[in-house]
Amino acid sequence: MEQSDIPGHQAPLLRIARQAGATTAQLLVTFIGLLAVTFIISRVVPIDPVSALIGERATADQIAEARLRLGLDEPLWRQFLLYVWQALHGDFGLSIKTHQPVIQEIARFFPATLELSTLATIIGVLIGIPAGVLAATRPGSLPDQIVRLVGLMGYSMPVFWLALIGLLVFYGDLGWVGGPGRLDASYDMMMEFEVTQYTGMVLVDTALNGRWDMFANAFSHIILPASILGYLSMAYISRMTRSFMMNELGQEYITTARVKGMPERRVIWVHAMKNVMVPLITVIALSYAFLLEGAVLTETIFAWPGLGRYITDALLVADMPAVLGGTVVVGAVYIGLNMVSDLLYRLADPRAR
Amino acid sequence: MTLLSVRNLRVSFDTEAGLVEAVRGVSFDLGRERLGIVGESGSGKTMTGRSVLRLIRPPGKIEADAMHFDGADLMAASEAEMRALRGRRMAMVMQDPKYSLNPVMNVGAQLTEGLRQRDRLSAGDARRKAIDALEAVQIRDPERVLSAYPHELSGGMGQRVMIAMMLIPSPDLLIADEPTSALDVTVQAEVLSILDGLVRDRGMGLIFISHDLRLVARFCDRVLVMYKGRVVEELAARDLMQARHPYTQGLLNCLPRIGGSRGPLPGLDRNAEWAR
Repeated sequence: MEQSDIPGHQAPLLRIARQAGATTAQLLVTFIGLLAVTFIISRVVPIDPVSALIGERATADQIAEARLRLGLDEPLWRQFLLYVWQALHGDFGLSIKTHQPVIQEIARFFPATLELSTLATIIGVLIGIPAGVLAATRPGSLPDQIVRLVGLMGYSMPVFWLALIGLLVFYGDLGWVGGPGRLDASYDMMMEFEVTQYTGMVLVDTALNGRWDMFANAFSHIILPASILGYLSMAYISRMTRSFMMNELGQEYITTARVKGMPERRVIWVHAMKNVMVPLITVIALSYAFLLEGAVLTETIFAWPGLGRYITDALLVADMPAVLGGTVVVGAVYIGLNMVSDLLYRLADPRAR
Repeated sequence: MTLLSVRNLRVSFDTEAGLVEAVRGVSFDLGRERLGIVGESGSGKTMTGRSVLRLIRPPGKIEADAMHFDGADLMAASEAEMRALRGRRMAMVMQDPKYSLNPVMNVGAQLTEGLRQRDRLSAGDARRKAIDALEAVQIRDPERVLSAYPHELSGGMGQRVMIAMMLIPSPDLLIADEPTSALDVTVQAEVLSILDGLVRDRGMGLIFISHDLRLVARFCDRVLVMYKGRVVEELAARDLMQARHPYTQGLLNCLPRIGGSRGPLPGLDRNAEWAR
């Protein structure tokens, strides 16, 4: 009999590790490409880095000295290598507005975005997947109609409008949640001086310090913006889950599971779900990345000191080092998430190993 | 002794294009014997098989004057009762193991699922039973196959895994829906002889669904010939050459024969009258 047709499938983890190595190399190339783009942007925008740095009334000597300091007298390719070298060391120069190293500012702003997007994605996944499954298993039913309508609304309502109405209703009228900002003003100082900041994420740090009063306050502040962003993510995830699940439920292996007498719960949540997760991992990663980079409006309305707002504010005052530094960080996060979803994809689908 | 009795079975689909009647009044009885159902694509043979398991997807609807399996009324049974029957007493082998096995679960997990979930066996006991089942379908290194994923198996291996999986609970009725159509010709014979041996040894009732009339005749005791949702002829397999119905004769004649004429094969004659 033909027994030799099973390829060596021992040590799949080893194979995944090897592929992860190849992926990392690929990502490094992508990252350098990203740096090339930001580098070119920095050279073609009509903002003179020298006059932005030392002002327009500087003397010719001062200008020459600044040019030298910025390395602008070097040939372009050396400037680029220097830029890559510095970027790999986390050096994006000084912010023109604040004269602080850009990387330090980003390290302060990014955790706020990370915290908000992560919570939003968790909300989106925890509601979106069950909603999509519910809709897929009863197509045309009332729950399906509701899930589709709510999803469509999430797609079509502008997020700033949702955010304003949300604030008006849940903060202004009902008083159920905290207002804009990450904490009440009275807690802001305490956060600065009484709490050891391990991660820069308020929920995590207050919990690690055992300051549950502050944790509760921070939670009341984050829950509304996180729910609104989570709603957008939920709209996307539920819709994709529904369509993936409907596709899987039409497959023959589902009939096999039913022939084996498996209860419907197991057919859906084990047999079909394991297959749905394969494409869904990418969907979740994409929506997470979208929130990480695209929460500008929400961050503005909720006075959330996040990366989106940092980049927007920098852009408005033509603070190019800050803009480009922020762009590189967002791009790097995107690339990193891609790698993680790629790895998870391989874990979920034996055919991709 | 009658294992399965079906009276006036109808399967219809209420689609946007109108009512499609896939099966239109099929009746038959099955003992612990081998019954073949033959017909071209769309003749309703697959739907007949799946109706017995009550596994027609919505919007499909099953109706019958009566459908009994070993004393159980299949039309009146609750979904839970059907599940118990499906798990233990009725099984089905489908056409292509590439689609009928779950691609992201390994063979072991799929083989032992019923034993673990339904019979509450320990992992070790379930595994031992799964190995026995794989040995029964002549797989030599069952240990390795257990940890393989479906895409790592050839079609013949996959179908043997499928047969092993379906026969683990020792069902009384097996529905084999084109079990060898997706396999290479050389493997077909092997899989068929394994299936034949197991069905014979265990005294199961078998419904063998195929479009290949000669294959069915070799393999079964009795043959139903279906056309457009109806049974047009029922005959003992050994009387196949004496088939009277022109559709049956057509099915026989449209297959090439070694040493036969090398001219074009006759097309299949279809007559709307037969479908009445």
